[in-house]
Amino acid sequence: MSKILNVEHLGKTYTSGSKELTVLDDISFGIEEGETFAIIGPSGSGKTTLLGLCAGLDCADRGKIELCGSDLGSLNEDERAQLRNQKVGFIFQNFQLLPTLTALENVVVPLELQGAKGPTKIGKELLGKVGLGDRLHHYPTQLSGGEQQRVALARAFSNKPSILFADEPTGNLDQDTGDRVIQLLFELNEEAGTTLVIVSHDLELAQKCKRILRLRGGKIVSNEVLVES
Amino acid sequence: MAWRDSKASGSRLLLFMASIILGIAAVVSIQSFSENLEENIAIQSKALMGADFVIDSNQPPNEKVLAIIDSLGGADGRSVGFPSMAVFPKSGDAKLVGVRGIEGGYPFYGELETLPESAAKAYKKSSGALVDATLMLQYGLKAGDSIKLGNTMFPITGKLISAPGTSGIGASIAPPVLIPYDAVEGTGLIQVGSRVGYDFYFVAEPDQDLVALDEQVDPQLDVENADLDTHISTAEQLGRSYDNFGKFLNLIAFIALLLGCIGVASSVHIYIQEKIRSVAILKCIGATRKQTFFIYLLQITGMGLFGGVLGVLGGLLLQQSFPLLLQGFLPFEVQISFVPNALFSGLVLGVLLSVLFALMPLLNTWFVSPLQVLRIQENGFEKSRKLQFWVVLGILLFIFSFSYWLLGQLLFALYFVLAVLVVFALLWGVATIFMRTIKKYFPNSWGFTSRQSLLNLYRPNNQTTVLILAIGVGTFLISTLYFTKDILLAQVSLEASEDTPNLILMDVQTEEKLAAAQSIEASGLEVLNNIPIITMRMHQIKDRPVRELILDSTATQNRWVLFHEFRVTYRDTLVPSERTVEGSWPIERKENGIIPVSLSDNAAEDAQVKLGDTLVFNVQGVLMTTRVAHLREVDWARMQVNFNILFPSGVLEEAPQFHVLTTKAPDADKSASLQRELVRKFPTVSIIDLRQIFTVIEDILSKIAWVINFMAFFSILTGIIVLIGSVRTSKYQRIKENVLLRTLGAKNKQILRITALEYFYLGLLGGGIGIVLSLLGSLLLAQFVFEVSFVPSAIPFLVVLPSILVLVLLIGMLNSKSVLQSPPLEVLRKEGG
Repeated sequence: MSKILNVEHLGKTYTSGSKELTVLDDISFGIEEGETFAIIGPSGSGKTTLLGLCAGLDCADRGKIELCGSDLGSLNEDERAQLRNQKVGFIFQNFQLLPTLTALENVVVPLELQGAKGPTKIGKELLGKVGLGDRLHHYPTQLSGGEQQRVALARAFSNKPSILFADEPTGNLDQDTGDRVIQLLFELNEEAGTTLVIVSHDLELAQKCKRILRLRGGKIVSNEVLVES
Repeated sequence: MAWRDSKASGSRLLLFMASIILGIAAVVSIQSFSENLEENIAIQSKALMGADFVIDSNQPPNEKVLAIIDSLGGADGRSVGFPSMAVFPKSGDAKLVGVRGIEGGYPFYGELETLPESAAKAYKKSSGALVDATLMLQYGLKAGDSIKLGNTMFPITGKLISAPGTSGIGASIAPPVLIPYDAVEGTGLIQVGSRVGYDFYFVAEPDQDLVALDEQVDPQLDVENADLDTHISTAEQLGRSYDNFGKFLNLIAFIALLLGCIGVASSVHIYIQEKIRSVAILKCIGATRKQTFFIYLLQITGMGLFGGVLGVLGGLLLQQSFPLLLQGFLPFEVQISFVPNALFSGLVLGVLLSVLFALMPLLNTWFVSPLQVLRIQENGFEKSRKLQFWVVLGILLFIFSFSYWLLGQLLFALYFVLAVLVVFALLWGVATIFMRTIKKYFPNSWGFTSRQSLLNLYRPNNQTTVLILAIGVGTFLISTLYFTKDILLAQVSLEASEDTPNLILMDVQTEEKLAAAQSIEASGLEVLNNIPIITMRMHQIKDRPVRELILDSTATQNRWVLFHEFRVTYRDTLVPSERTVEGSWPIERKENGIIPVSLSDNAAEDAQVKLGDTLVFNVQGVLMTTRVAHLREVDWARMQVNFNILFPSGVLEEAPQFHVLTTKAPDADKSASLQRELVRKFPTVSIIDLRQIFTVIEDILSKIAWVINFMAFFSILTGIIVLIGSVRTSKYQRIKENVLLRTLGAKNKQILRITALEYFYLGLLGGGIGIVLSLLGSLLLAQFVFEVSFVPSAIPFLVVLPSILVLVLLIGMLNSKSVLQSPPLEVLRKEGG
């Protein structure tokens, strides 16, 4: 299997006043197509930064990231946006839905940005799959946290991504709702054959993945393959 | 606590405080300047008149007037003034000027400002002339050149920069030329029909009571068609006219302030929305309702005070610029001084308006439940609505009281509050209806970026209505000023039809009439009118002599008809500017010797006569009994020769008369050459060039419009600040949205387009509604106030609207720059907590 994401000697340093803070240092790993991959570590270990860099949301200071065959360092902002739009899906801890759009409209935003025709049908289908077929025209404020995250799930899959990044997807949900969302995420992922990268501090969630990357203080502690139960 | 809390987030409110700063600066500067003006008029009143009091008359003083003058110890100086054509032999050009022959030490106060300075005294000794400085510049004249008035050639002794009583609109049409009194007769310019003013100047005794003198002598002079004015009464009159203009400007400034207040209310609303959680936490840990309410009330009061202080400082600076702004209108130099009242009112306005307008959103803190810490309730402020009514009432009462304080008249203040309410409510209403309509009939077929930009107008905590209001009020003010100027100009505009004259020859003596007409025709032009004019006064109205009516303080006739020297003509037809209201014209003359006359409807109303009433006229010593047989409506706005009183033919032909001839010169050159030719042949004839007068009026209106525009500009500036403030308030929301879109794959171009379109909609909506409302308002103004047909200028549509759009786009895009440049990860991290 070929690698969909390849990270080599990645480093990121933030400057605050005269102080420099190295958030990520010499990170290297690879993820194969269709793999489920978890990045775990305590708060401040650099998980979210790593996810952001891998998804092209920010630029690395050192090292190289190859996503879906493209060297992110050689792409400009618009090219990275285009790559995300066509190949990447996202799920955030805070759902990140546009408050002015209905559930259906939120789901089809990536397709609309592509200029795709007839995205509504795909949107309805996906919302049906996540159990929100009857909430198509509700605004985010009219939905519960779990429902909002399910809309975000549907949105993440709307552009048929090759890789999906999920940042603490259950962080703002109660245990039961979180479990249901995770179950849905894995089901959809399996159905679509998407590579899944989850950032979490929840070991239980991470253990649902095939591989776990442990971070501490911006460095890799371990990169282990879990034996399927 | 209030201070600690404001340190963390109060800076966000500062920009909104800036919106009231401008309003306060405008109000304070105008109030201060108005007060300065009033003080200056009082201080300089003697210099403005040049004497303590003056007796003036439009006819040579009769024996009784001379006796009164003698009884006052004789005049210390006198002058005679009249309009006349001046010829400049150097170029051959001719121009209507206001000649004043001066005798004695006049002016006794103030001075004749001349260049060279010595000319102020030298012109009398050398029998020379002091010529208006602007006129000399226009015609390329210098001291030592000559000016011909009537039959006399005068050497120009110097430039006249300023002189008491020679400013204003009259001086723009007929610039002043001063000559020695003795030289007037030699010019031969005072003839039958000449419009001559005779002034007698007096220096009062140090302890003389001028008010008592005015009350005692003026009625005696009134009967003799003369008048006494003291420097006090003249200053009061002058003060009143400037005061009205000042009040008008003050109201415009007040509108800017109100607009700023809406910005304050809106910002406080969002500020409080964001503070709800803090309020709930405070209440959770034991803060009372009062305590939490006062934390924010104190913050707002502090900022209002801060805004007031900055506004007052701005006002003081602005006040310095007013003498420059109003240069064209002021007859004297205004000394700027510190006005404590205005400064105090600026501070009070800052605090009071901030608190009043912030009160409604502030009340929300009162009703925040501590439960909000655990769960944000969307509709948690139902109870506060009960108090909203009282807050709104308080705001309205304050606006009304402040307007009343400014205007001094209850009814005017009420009209102003109503007008402000209507404009604001209409803008608000139309904006709201428009937004609802868009929501209801959302253009789903539009592309994603267009739809998204439209949806942004509905984002949570959106400021759409406030922005539309801010942009709309500014546009409304500017457009209304343009349209009103158009209406005023349309009233005096020259009609372009073939037979509308643009050159009027006044004071043509009977013996010159034929020759003058031949001269016009010889130059290839047509004599359009040849109108005989006879001067007369009213002697008796119905059965009461005018002298008796003058002395009767209960008489209800408008006093001008009692004193006026009417210029009357005779003809049996009506001209296009006249329309029969009652009776018929011409009318058969009755045999009993009573002459039928036609009156303009306004003259009949002022004299309180109706069809069939008797009027006795004194026609240069001969009494003529007439009967009102016809009433006409006269379009006085038409720049042509119109009459209040019209006699039939066959009555006045033998009376001493002069003539008015009119013609139409196709262009300025032809007009100038004809004027030169006519003045050379007929030195005593005055020529009014309507084209020049129109230019003068246009110039004056432009100057007034400029001053008003300057004040309206504060509304625009306030609108801009509200706009910037609002963009900044919703900045984080925008960053969040745009970053999310970028994360989902939106390109910069798409995000830019969404942002630009959002501001385009706002500009178009606000500006469009503002212009349409102003168009409607101006139409009503034209129809009901000015009673003219109104053809709107294209400028608001072609210049104002696009400018507003560009401005709004520019501000929006500049403020969104950082939004576009924010790296997605940074924002998402913040969101993640």
